[in-house]
Amino acid sequence: MTKLVVISAGLSVPSSTRLLADRLTAATVEALEDVEVTHVELRDLAHQVTDQLLTGFPGAELAAAQDAVRAADGLVVVTPVFSASYSGLFKSFFDVLETGVLDGKPVLVAATAGTARHSLVLEHALRPLFAYLHAVVVPTGVFAASEDFAGTDLDRRVTRAAGELALLMGKVSPVDSATSHVLAGRRTVEDELAEPTPFEQLLREASGR
Amino acid sequence: MQFGIFTVGDVTADPTTGRTPTEHERIKATVEIAKKAEEIGLDVFATGEHHNPPFIASNPTATLAYIGAKTENIILSTATTLITTTDPVLIAEDYAKIQHLTDGRVDLMMGRGNTGPVYPWFGKDIRDGINLAVENYALLRRLWDEDVVNWEGRFRTPLQGYTSTPRPLDGVSPFVWHGSIRSTEIAEQAAYYGDGFFHNHIFWPAGHTKQMVDLYRRRFEHYGHGTADQAIVGLGGQFFMRKNSQDAVDEFRPYFDNAPVYGHGPSLEDFTEATPLTVGSPQQVLERTLGFRDYVGHYQRQLFLVDHAGLPLKTVLEQLDLLGEILPDLRAGMAEGRPAHVPDAPTHASRVAAAGGAHDSTVYAEADSATGHRAEDAQHTEEVTA
Repeated sequence: MTKLVVISAGLSVPSSTRLLADRLTAATVEALEDVEVTHVELRDLAHQVTDQLLTGFPGAELAAAQDAVRAADGLVVVTPVFSASYSGLFKSFFDVLETGVLDGKPVLVAATAGTARHSLVLEHALRPLFAYLHAVVVPTGVFAASEDFAGTDLDRRVTRAAGELALLMGKVSPVDSATSHVLAGRRTVEDELAEPTPFEQLLREASGR
Repeated sequence: MQFGIFTVGDVTADPTTGRTPTEHERIKATVEIAKKAEEIGLDVFATGEHHNPPFIASNPTATLAYIGAKTENIILSTATTLITTTDPVLIAEDYAKIQHLTDGRVDLMMGRGNTGPVYPWFGKDIRDGINLAVENYALLRRLWDEDVVNWEGRFRTPLQGYTSTPRPLDGVSPFVWHGSIRSTEIAEQAAYYGDGFFHNHIFWPAGHTKQMVDLYRRRFEHYGHGTADQAIVGLGGQFFMRKNSQDAVDEFRPYFDNAPVYGHGPSLEDFTEATPLTVGSPQQVLERTLGFRDYVGHYQRQLFLVDHAGLPLKTVLEQLDLLGEILPDLRAGMAEGRPAHVPDAPTHASRVAAAGGAHDSTVYAEADSATGHRAEDAQHTEEVTA
């Protein structure tokens, strides 16, 4: 059984952060053959995270969440963007996590924001954080501004990121397209010269599939 | 089973009045508290060591020697001695001296200190904390156990033909405890030497304390000092009591809410549930304390923190009177079901007996083989040659 832990740091109910987390979770679950999902909603743990910052030990529910992270084969982490970075609560959760818990763990980083101008937050904030924590950050991060929830492009990135995470985590489902998509790789000029993409497909893709 | 109190010597404002005691008041209060501890029949008074505000706990040796002169029976200890930033050569001298002055009423608890900026003031680095504790203590042991020491290490200048004076009283060094909240290396160190292991206990859940004590007991047996249940365990504890438990909660809450360490964090209710802190009636304190055995086994020393977070001296002395009232029941309760093979905490007397009796360990300096001079003749020699 592959263990996936999903951490989302949204504060409102319902939150777009949780919404994105759920889409990433669904795509990852589909890509894996046999997976158990634990969802950690940081809002519910906010007091205990602060308490641990002050006392040094976790309350019961936070300890359970930390144990789940410790036992996970991979993580999906999603934060809202606050003041051009991950939220304080999101960071604090990882601040109180025991050193070394994320060593070598595959982590899919994702963020939500009110505007697409924050999209590089994944590269300038989340990726360095998890690199520092010695996690293996999957190549595709998923950023969603409000307008992305209306489009179809988000699905493509969710699928790609989930496929990458699944491949790093464990036994992938043989029938899933997310991982085969990743494994197939991008077509190069050389590929096109040898076997061009049929024009019917170009026509289809031009109008968004 | 020994009962006592330990203090960190914090100078904290009383949140109910806003008044902060002066250093002088706090230092004098510490002496009053120690005298009261002896008066109510406690076995141990221990003081911490800090070298920064808001503490008055620097120079614990002067404090302990002074209290030693003002008391008759109580054992004087530290909680903790900074084995990381204090030169082990000074520790060897200082505590052997207090041993002599107090006729053996002293032991020590080693600790590392967790205040990063303090280390560089003493030429050290907190990242070397464990290594400092390991190397410095190994040297301290040799300074007490061997009359003449040749030593070279990483953290202090080498010693050649060095004799630490005075030699330990009756040829027996003070008993040593090692205190640690979560560093397994320190539990391992205590087990290796067959020394005592003290878990602070008061800031963390019982399950964590149990893990650390279990580790120490297992390794104590591994190193051949006795069975696991014969290992020498000490625990911290913390209470606030009044005859009526709701009075205790009401009176202590502002101190808890504003306390250093856990103040402005978890609620009093959450913290008393998660940790050994007990706020209530004397009966509740008695029962909770007797329950510590359920997860650490029969142990040797119980120290309580009673004088922190700005509690006024008057209140602290009242707390000690209440502790004195339940002390006979605490002793009786702890004796209940205690197997005969579980030892008491070592004392100077028991260690002398175990060493086959007292012997004078004075090292009388011999004349230097090259010059025929002795160190104490140096001044005389200068006068002659001048």
